[in-house]
Amino acid sequence: MTDHAIMLRSALTETPTVQRWLIAVALLFLAFFLFLPLFAVFSEAFRNGVGAWWEAIIEPDALAAIRLTLLVAAISVPLNMVFGIAAAWAIAKFEFRGKAFLITLIDLPFSVSPVISGLVYVLLFGSGSLLGPWLKSYGIEILFAVPGIVLATIFVTFPFVARELIPVMQDQGTSDEEAALSLGASGWQTFRHVTLPNIRWGLLYGVLLCNARAMGEFGAVSVVSGHIRGLTDTMPLHIEILYNEYNFAAAFAVASLLVGLALVTLVLKTAIELRFAD
Amino acid sequence: MKRLRSITAAAAMAMTIGFAAPVAAKDIMLLNVSYDPTRELYKEFNQYFSESWKANTGDRVTIRMSHGGSGKQARSVIDGLEADVVTLALEADINAIAEKTGKIATNWREQLPNNSAPYTSTIVFLVRKGNPKGIFDWADLVRDGVEVITPNPKTSGGARWNFLAAWAWAEHTYNGDDAKVRTYVSDLFAHVPVLDTGARGATTTFVRRGIGDVLLAWENEAFLALEELGPDSFEIVAPSISIKAEPPVAMVEGNAEAKGTSALARAYLDALYSAEGQRLAAKHYYRPYKPDLADKEDMKRFSDLTLVTVDDFGGWKKAQPDFFGDGGIFDQIYTPGH
Amino acid sequence: MTAAVSSSRWRFREPGVIPGFGLTFGFAVCYLSLVILIPLSGLVWRSSTLGWQDFWSLASDPRTLSALKVSFGSALLAALINSVFGLVVAWVLVRYRFPGRRIVDAVVDLPFALPTAVAGIALATLYAPNGIIGAQLAGLGFKVAFTPAGIVVALVFVGLPFIVRTVQPVLADVDREVEEAAATLGASRLKIVVRVLLPGLLPAILTGFAMALARGIGEYGSVIFIAGNIPYFSEIAPLLIVIRLEEFNYAAATAVGVVMLSISFLMLLLINLIQSWSRRRYGS
Repeated sequence: MTDHAIMLRSALTETPTVQRWLIAVALLFLAFFLFLPLFAVFSEAFRNGVGAWWEAIIEPDALAAIRLTLLVAAISVPLNMVFGIAAAWAIAKFEFRGKAFLITLIDLPFSVSPVISGLVYVLLFGSGSLLGPWLKSYGIEILFAVPGIVLATIFVTFPFVARELIPVMQDQGTSDEEAALSLGASGWQTFRHVTLPNIRWGLLYGVLLCNARAMGEFGAVSVVSGHIRGLTDTMPLHIEILYNEYNFAAAFAVASLLVGLALVTLVLKTAIELRFAD
Repeated sequence: MKRLRSITAAAAMAMTIGFAAPVAAKDIMLLNVSYDPTRELYKEFNQYFSESWKANTGDRVTIRMSHGGSGKQARSVIDGLEADVVTLALEADINAIAEKTGKIATNWREQLPNNSAPYTSTIVFLVRKGNPKGIFDWADLVRDGVEVITPNPKTSGGARWNFLAAWAWAEHTYNGDDAKVRTYVSDLFAHVPVLDTGARGATTTFVRRGIGDVLLAWENEAFLALEELGPDSFEIVAPSISIKAEPPVAMVEGNAEAKGTSALARAYLDALYSAEGQRLAAKHYYRPYKPDLADKEDMKRFSDLTLVTVDDFGGWKKAQPDFFGDGGIFDQIYTPGH
Repeated sequence: MTAAVSSSRWRFREPGVIPGFGLTFGFAVCYLSLVILIPLSGLVWRSSTLGWQDFWSLASDPRTLSALKVSFGSALLAALINSVFGLVVAWVLVRYRFPGRRIVDAVVDLPFALPTAVAGIALATLYAPNGIIGAQLAGLGFKVAFTPAGIVVALVFVGLPFIVRTVQPVLADVDREVEEAAATLGASRLKIVVRVLLPGLLPAILTGFAMALARGIGEYGSVIFIAGNIPYFSEIAPLLIVIRLEEFNYAAATAVGVVMLSISFLMLLLINLIQSWSRRRYGS
């Protein structure tokens, strides 16, 4: 091996010592902020054994909460995904005035306190509003029912997909699409065969984050849910109830399930990555 | 008199429905919107009530519960949560529903006995086993090195009772010298290292996190914490003066009438005053309105205390804005530099 | 002819060959209005019933100001911590192979999946004076839980995935050829990282920073369990909103919300402007 080749390699990646240090720093940081909390959740969840854990999960109110949470995520995530793709396309592939402003508007739900994001729907659909009583006269319940919970969840998870896709699409530039178009592909074909493969990891991350957050949202949903046990309690709300009943093990059991759901989606992500790896 | 009438009404109602029962048994849902510490009580009471209702009328009643902070729950009902009955921590919260929605009659307090409070409670101290800091009364709370845990009176109904109990003791001790009373209460809150937003959060901070030397709590919460979280690690201390906390109940007529559950809702609340209702309240550490209906063993747990009532503060309609409203006494205590 | 005329005029959009602007832009703006803007305008409208004077006295109240300071200060600090360590985590996950990498990768999303209240409780359990970490820190004389430091801990937890997950895909897509070119030109590794790689990652880092910051400012559920909530010390702005709500004072609650919203909107706008400026300046 020539000196030049060695130099080249050392300039292409960090020295093993530096690598080890960086890995150590990253793992130490994650240990304090992620692994220990995760460990705390699971150790509390299984404190009274696997049997008690299972009991807490198959309890009817817990099952109702699980069903509701899955339903809410199944409605809100696809909606936000479609929006995310459309918004990222418009923002990344075109230059127009007020783009930074539009991006900021998309970011906005992140900066709205969850308490407020729930409250906006109370103000909009509550009995003191104009819309609420009118809809109610047609038998449509928004607040303290599933639609309100879905709306609050959509609000909270709104930016995830768009925000994930915008930097990826911007990085891709427009040359690939322009080439495809000049070769006679239609807009839709270009998107499907050129853009989509390029953004698939970003899209996947975005959808996973959106889904995880949709299932885990507490603050906003807590305002619009009404906390009716077995009817409008989502998993995070059910966890709070159990915790407030001093039923810590059951609370953490349901929490561990939520973590489990997130981990399952991540396993799926990994599987997809391996399957479609270049 | 009123009570008698409501019971007769309920009985008559129950009988008419009872006669109709063989024709068609109905499934009815009743929503009870309550505050945090009543979970265990209503879990058992609901079961008793639906069984007795089924036995009397043949109808199946499913009672749905919603628990949360008292103020938050009241707000949900105001915003349209269709509660048939509310069982909250503070009269002020039910007043707010009555005023803002008109779904509860303004004279709701007079519709059931004992100001519509079927059970009461009071404020006591929970200290660590052996009472290492020697905390026996309110004066001990402001000694150097004593840390007090209470939730935030702004966000917790229970904490408002704590505050008023402390105030009542100070007023008695300092012969109503307003400046001294304020100094005491302000001192007291300077000894609070963590202000949780709810009563249960404060209990967790004290019990699980090991923070603080004394927890100011509802008597029923203190007993429950003792039972559930460690009879060997804590004990209850009764101060010389405390306050009679009256968590009231009311029917949300506007909702119940719309749903056709008025009779059921009324019977539900009346049953809280029945022998079984009173027994269950005492079992779950609430002081029953009629102690003679409760088990003697349960009653032994309650120590005798000098109890003031909120009426000594001019009632909740006055106490709420004066003490806990925007810019009220509680806000004045927390000024920069404290 | 027409092109020549229009190029000298103010244009909303630069011309290009790519289709679908009308459709995607139109849909995005409609959905945005429906889901975000209309509800938020209800909020602004409600707080406007307060009147300017009341609004101002509420917004400039020392307690509100100190709560805003606590919220913004701790969110800023947490976002900075996350930018540094989040970048390291993303770097390690994309560039290196080590045992357990996939598990680490999976766990990064945990803060999103865990309900904020559970996160707060779990963190309080760990960082309280009788917790595993808290006991060690207490031995060293540090108090974390129930002080403003506890807020930062909660916000670091909540904001971490924002940085990692925005940097990760961009870093994975970086063309190694650029690095190789720089290396053949004799640049040192440090120089390549700082001069070639980091500028490319900067937009993603800024995006992640902005999102973590924005999220941290409004966070409520996880913070109240670990903050201590003492006025003028560890009381956060969202708690003030809740306090106003408990007084059934919707107008005042929304006023605090609007103040928070405006400040974070301006901060986000600034970051996004810087970003699009740097994108135009340095190209992509």
